[in-house]
Amino acid sequence: MQLEKFNYDNKIVKYFAIATAAWGIVGMLVGLLVAIQFYFPAISFNYPGTTFGRLRPIHTNAIIFAFVGNSMFMGIYYSLQRLTKARMFNDKLSWIHFWGWQLIILLAAVTLFFGFTTGKEYAELEWPIDILITLIWVVFGINMFGTLIKRRESHIYVAIWFFIATWITVAMLHIVNSFELPFSWIKSYSFYAGVQDALVQWWYGHNAVAFFLTTPILGLMYYFLPKAANRPVYSYRLSIIHFWALIFLYIWAGPHHLIYTALPDWAQSLGTVFSVMLIAPSWGGMLNGLFTLRGAWDKVREEPVLKFFVVAVTCYGMSTFEGPMMSLKSVNAIAHFTDWIVGHVHIGGLGWNGFMAFGMLYYLVPKMWGTTLYSKKLATNHFWLGTIGIVVYAIPLYWAGFAQADMWKQFTDEGQLKFQFLETVTNIIPMYIMRSIGGALYLTGAIMMVYNLIKTAKQGSFVANEEAEAAPIVKADAHKKEYWHRWIERRPVMMLVISLVVVAIGGLIEIVPTFLIKSNIPTITSVKPYTPLELQGRDIYIREGCYTCHSQMVRPFRDEVVRYGEYSKAGEFVYDHPFQWGSKRTGPDLAREGVGRLKKSDAWHYNHMEDPRSISPGSIMPNFPWLLENDIDTAITPAKIRAMQTLGVPYPEGYDKIANKDLMTQANGIRISLKIDKIQTPANKEIIALIAYLQRLGKDITADKKPATASN
Amino acid sequence: MKFINYLEKISNVSIYGLTSFLIFFVFFCVMIIWLARTDKKELNEISRIPLDN
Repeated sequence: MQLEKFNYDNKIVKYFAIATAAWGIVGMLVGLLVAIQFYFPAISFNYPGTTFGRLRPIHTNAIIFAFVGNSMFMGIYYSLQRLTKARMFNDKLSWIHFWGWQLIILLAAVTLFFGFTTGKEYAELEWPIDILITLIWVVFGINMFGTLIKRRESHIYVAIWFFIATWITVAMLHIVNSFELPFSWIKSYSFYAGVQDALVQWWYGHNAVAFFLTTPILGLMYYFLPKAANRPVYSYRLSIIHFWALIFLYIWAGPHHLIYTALPDWAQSLGTVFSVMLIAPSWGGMLNGLFTLRGAWDKVREEPVLKFFVVAVTCYGMSTFEGPMMSLKSVNAIAHFTDWIVGHVHIGGLGWNGFMAFGMLYYLVPKMWGTTLYSKKLATNHFWLGTIGIVVYAIPLYWAGFAQADMWKQFTDEGQLKFQFLETVTNIIPMYIMRSIGGALYLTGAIMMVYNLIKTAKQGSFVANEEAEAAPIVKADAHKKEYWHRWIERRPVMMLVISLVVVAIGGLIEIVPTFLIKSNIPTITSVKPYTPLELQGRDIYIREGCYTCHSQMVRPFRDEVVRYGEYSKAGEFVYDHPFQWGSKRTGPDLAREGVGRLKKSDAWHYNHMEDPRSISPGSIMPNFPWLLENDIDTAITPAKIRAMQTLGVPYPEGYDKIANKDLMTQANGIRISLKIDKIQTPANKEIIALIAYLQRLGKDITADKKPATASN
Repeated sequence: MKFINYLEKISNVSIYGLTSFLIFFVFFCVMIIWLARTDKKELNEISRIPLDN
């Protein structure tokens, strides 16, 4: 048979590798900065762009989409060509993909820095960037499927199945969760409200972890681990079961992020059941990876690449055991809203994603530059520094999570809450300090890697086009009798369709009933749309990322009801585009901030936003002095009201034209109340809008009981 | 455009869960049977693809 000669494109892999290392360092640096802000709030520099609420989405987006995203593309562009024995379908598409993705990252960093956010975690990017992501993702898809169509290897190896499932599922998740109605060139409101928004968001959020941070990396594990160990995967049968079971089960587990919230109980239970079932395929995959090294453990001692892979796969096993456990209601009651979640996420992020990326980089750079690693010793030191970094990062946060949840729930013999919220925060500050030390160790290791890889590249010479040869697929081969799975396995488009069906069924069953069944969201007649001033204040709340530290979801627990007030009901959120339930309580819950025991004066809020420590000594909240200076953008009010009307919020017809009049009337009321407390400020400042919003929180639900307060 | 409660309720909502369970129960059973019956030599051959280049 005639062998065909062709070249593998290494240049695109090189660029993705550089982007991985560069964005990785940037993302980790931002992470370290926000970690220090937990015990040294002054390091937010009193500047909006460097304050926690804006930096936290920059950190998560940089790590997920820039660091892990680029490492995923690096691995896919390298392995796909070799597994299909073909060069990438089209070089131009490869470069559009590369530069397009870097542009998205840059736009994300700039817009988040300036406070343009949708307020939905891991999907914070605004509508123009969402469209750009869709386009670039399609380019990536065409390039991948084009390569599969012109392949010279008839079998589609299991790694590629994971890539296909990743591509189609991320596309589906991104499109469904990004349904938003623009009201300006950069800003939009989520199409969904309240409970539905929460469900769609966490269906997305959970599966972003599943299909952006897990499935593509598992595919890469199935390529790079056998490659580095120079032996085939332990069980190919197991890898097939791993694939189908994982993609089917993962898509259902999203509601475990909403346990004990106002989400209908049946949806919460569904999330728990599927989360527990997920242990089976996850551990199947982990064991398949580790058993691949049977008889080759001596190599692990020698080879830094394998060291990184072994710890990565072990961390994958740890976090996929921990995740299902945290989905159990009793465990979730302790873990949710605490730093335990942050610890758990970082076992996955630092251990699984980070170490897989490092392992691949250490493997690829010497290979593509035709040399050996500059210093194995330095790489081994990186490995130990990183591993110790993960431990020093995670354990204090587990401790902090337990300690804080325990303190939240303690009562005195007289039946009073034993601890003020602030006491539960100051108690865990030593843990926050430890965590940042762990992060710093990990970052130091990554910097050592960059030095090592640059030195490696310098001593070798880069092979941009690696020569290869292979026989084309013979047509007759395809007519042989074959089993159905072989039939699917040979057809990438069929694989795509079946993967989509598998993941879409899970999504539909979970989401559709919540949208359609009215009884899921009992209406509360006293719940009214936000006033224009409150709406403006809410948008400021979202812009400053207040939801990254404050929840708005009182769970039905004794301690929470005593601490915050009546537990949250699904019907309270029907006008919340987007929902603001939050996922972490670095600060207290704010769902009942405007009523009952928690209600504070306008002056309290004014002073607290200017300098939280002047009101609450020991508080770790950043200062927000610019809110006292900035004017409310009233020019945009009519557009906001119209957008809300389109989304079904019942403002009266033509209200957009008079909304600003109402806004100023309410603002003047707050100005006068502040003046009584000897604070002079014009009525058109952003702080006024934010105070109006904070004072509104919780009012609707108490309006039924005390009609006198309903007018507000 | 309004994503709020198009219908009052879905009749027999449990059919969703039941159907999907059946689809995947059958799917997994067929997959396991196929995997058990398939030629080990052939699977070994596929699993060596990454090592070929």
